[in-house]
Amino acid sequence: MNSTTEISAQDMFTETAVGKQNRYIENAVKIFFLIMTCLMILPLLLIIGYLFYKALPVLSLDFLFTNPQDNMRAGGIWAPFLGTIYLVVVSLLVAAPIGVFAAVYLNEYARDNWFTRIVNLAVVNLAGVPSIVHALFGVGAFVLFAGLGESILAASLTLAIMTLPVIIASTTEALKAVPMAFREACWNLGATRWQTIRRIVLPNSISGILTGVILQVSRAAGETAPIMFTGAVFYKAIAEGDIFAYNITDQCMALSLHLYTISTQVPDVTEGIPYGTAIVLVGSVLLVNAAAIVLRVYLRTRKKW
Amino acid sequence: MKPVIEVSDLKVFYEDTQALNGISLDVYPNEILGIIGPAQSGKTTLLKVINRTLEFTQGTSLEGTVKLDGVDINSISDVHGLRKRIGMVLPLPVGLPLSIYDNVAFAPRTSGLRNKSELDEIVERCLQQAALWDEVKDRLDSLGTKLSGGQQQRLTIARALSHKPEILCLDEFSIAVDPITTMRIEDVLKTLKEEMTILLVTNLVQQAKRLANRTAFMLNGDLIEIDETDVIFSDNPTSQSTYDYVNGNFG
Repeated sequence: MNSTTEISAQDMFTETAVGKQNRYIENAVKIFFLIMTCLMILPLLLIIGYLFYKALPVLSLDFLFTNPQDNMRAGGIWAPFLGTIYLVVVSLLVAAPIGVFAAVYLNEYARDNWFTRIVNLAVVNLAGVPSIVHALFGVGAFVLFAGLGESILAASLTLAIMTLPVIIASTTEALKAVPMAFREACWNLGATRWQTIRRIVLPNSISGILTGVILQVSRAAGETAPIMFTGAVFYKAIAEGDIFAYNITDQCMALSLHLYTISTQVPDVTEGIPYGTAIVLVGSVLLVNAAAIVLRVYLRTRKKW
Repeated sequence: MKPVIEVSDLKVFYEDTQALNGISLDVYPNEILGIIGPAQSGKTTLLKVINRTLEFTQGTSLEGTVKLDGVDINSISDVHGLRKRIGMVLPLPVGLPLSIYDNVAFAPRTSGLRNKSELDEIVERCLQQAALWDEVKDRLDSLGTKLSGGQQQRLTIARALSHKPEILCLDEFSIAVDPITTMRIEDVLKTLKEEMTILLVTNLVQQAKRLANRTAFMLNGDLIEIDETDVIFSDNPTSQSTYDYVNGNFG
């Protein structure tokens, strides 16, 4: 080898100008993304911290378990708290089975034809409909046409219609995560589609399906518009501490609407009460989401491939 | 001798492309029929027609008939029963996300078998037949998906045997398997031939030469030639392209 073109081993590791530049850019980009990530967490921490600070004077178990008093200027939030639980539970009891089973049909049985394309189009578009439009549909379909009146049932059904497309979409994602090769292996063994779904597909997608459903709790709990005209009322006193205090044909109070009411419609409310209401609403939603995350992590540790 | 499978003038279409251009062949009991040919020649399609899993692919249609024991398979209403009479091993090993035991017990259970001792017996027999028993007999409850590729392929074969098929179809089973395991599985096939008919689709022409009683050569959806393996691999098969393919001149 010609000695003038020979490169020593040491030279091969000397950083070139381009290499140096690439390293600086790499670091700068990484730090930029990290800052963006922190910016995302900041508002959440500030909101919760501020709410908590303001709510501290009123927060107690009594606050949770007593009805609003003195024209909602004092007392607790039992009636709206229980109302929200009813609305969320009933709406998910309706939406979850329909959504999950519909997604199973669309994914595991349906062929790609004009019918399934229309259904998928409907799902996507339904997810983009503003909640106030769902509210008007709820009034027309459930309150008036179906004759349910303004009731927990009518409000829950309206919320169910709202959450349904998202449940279908998240269930579809969970089902698609199960490799097609598993299904083909089962079919080759002479298993029916249902045997394949029951023994292989569902057991391996249930964590994703449940997470998707649980995340809809926060949407159902937070929405005000869909329940305003379909079943939620400004004020209703119920038996304190009795979890069966509402009947599903009753109207109910709800945390989201209650927060709106005491923040804007009622003068001279004790200062901590709106903040306390907000922290209970946000807190319960975070608690449910945390449960979903724990469930997902637990089920992921048992992942089978 | 009466054929087990009679394929006559089989044409298969995927939407607007034709995968098989009118194929006729008979498969006889207890033989190994090797099916060779380059990619896109329709070998896999032929297997999918036989166990009617082609139906899962959208936009396919077929003409001609395939008879199993003299019965047109497309007239059979119990398609799941038909598939249980045919064991199918695909190119890539797929351990189901179940225990090794449950993998093999899967098909018998879908047929309603619940008796523990009968299932135990099937699991042991099939794992023995697939030459996997000695390696896994102490950990039958560990996951089938955690086995190595070669072990998973033998698990797949054990599973295919679990429903006591009359016909075993292997589609390029050695593609993801090391040479030693391949030789072990080939030995297994030689013994299994006593009990069943084997259709061996393979990319390795030497594998067909080693195992097959008769060999079919397919090319671009046509069956070029089917004859005794000795004839196919001799210096004068009927078709020149057969000679070129088995001697590595193309494909």
